[in-house]
Amino acid sequence: MKKQIKNQMKLEFDSISENESFARVVVAAFLTQANPTLEEVADVKTAVSEAVTNAIIHGYEGGVHTVTIEARLDGQQLELEISDTGVGIPDVEKAMEPMYTTKPELERSGMGFLFMEAFMDEIQVDSKPGKGTRVRMQKLLGKRME
Amino acid sequence: MMNRVRLTEQKGTLLVVRVPEELDHHAADEVREETDRILRTEDIHRLIFDFSRTVFCDSSGIGMLMGRYKIMRALGGEMLAVHVSDHVERILRISGVMKLISVKKDERGGAYEKAD
Repeated sequence: MKKQIKNQMKLEFDSISENESFARVVVAAFLTQANPTLEEVADVKTAVSEAVTNAIIHGYEGGVHTVTIEARLDGQQLELEISDTGVGIPDVEKAMEPMYTTKPELERSGMGFLFMEAFMDEIQVDSKPGKGTRVRMQKLLGKRME
Repeated sequence: MMNRVRLTEQKGTLLVVRVPEELDHHAADEVREETDRILRTEDIHRLIFDFSRTVFCDSSGIGMLMGRYKIMRALGGEMLAVHVSDHVERILRISGVMKLISVKKDERGGAYEKAD
């Protein structure tokens, strides 16, 4: 029987677009211990990219502040928490509707949450106007081993 | 710094955009700026996004593609995406973009020669 992994990490970085790829790479490296499939790695990277981009564009509206990622592995179960202390989302339900965007002028497709939902098992969004947003997502990795 | 390969190549009324390795928000802004600069000044009838080297795409990439699709439609031209990988194809499929834009997976060349 393989030893169960239990591990966690926390990453803080500036909300600049160059850090979107940095965040994806760090999370992908962290989850290799759970022996994920290539498709699972691509799924998690996409979800991370969406949440981080939202924090940069919508949370901080282009200003430079801190984005935080916390990741936990408990066996094959991955939990991610991506948070900002930006403007927050007044209506989370509305924000999660496919094609809904508050920034059509920036050609936002309104599909960020759709992709996070499609590529992770679960997603919870907590947000308070003026306080910030926290996106929590879970995914069971290494499904090929079942 | 990575080697800067030219992002676009124009042949008459055909414009080929070599999509970067990772088409995220950061890269999408660069592609949008460069592509629109050419679309504004040149007479382009056919716009091809070449995904040969692209291994990552997210919803920011989708937004950029949709924006260029609207421009080409307004110009009466056509737009397609070629050499897309499995991951990119999945993103294009889930987003519904594949219903609007013609997407070719792997065959090389053909799409370019037919222009003009």
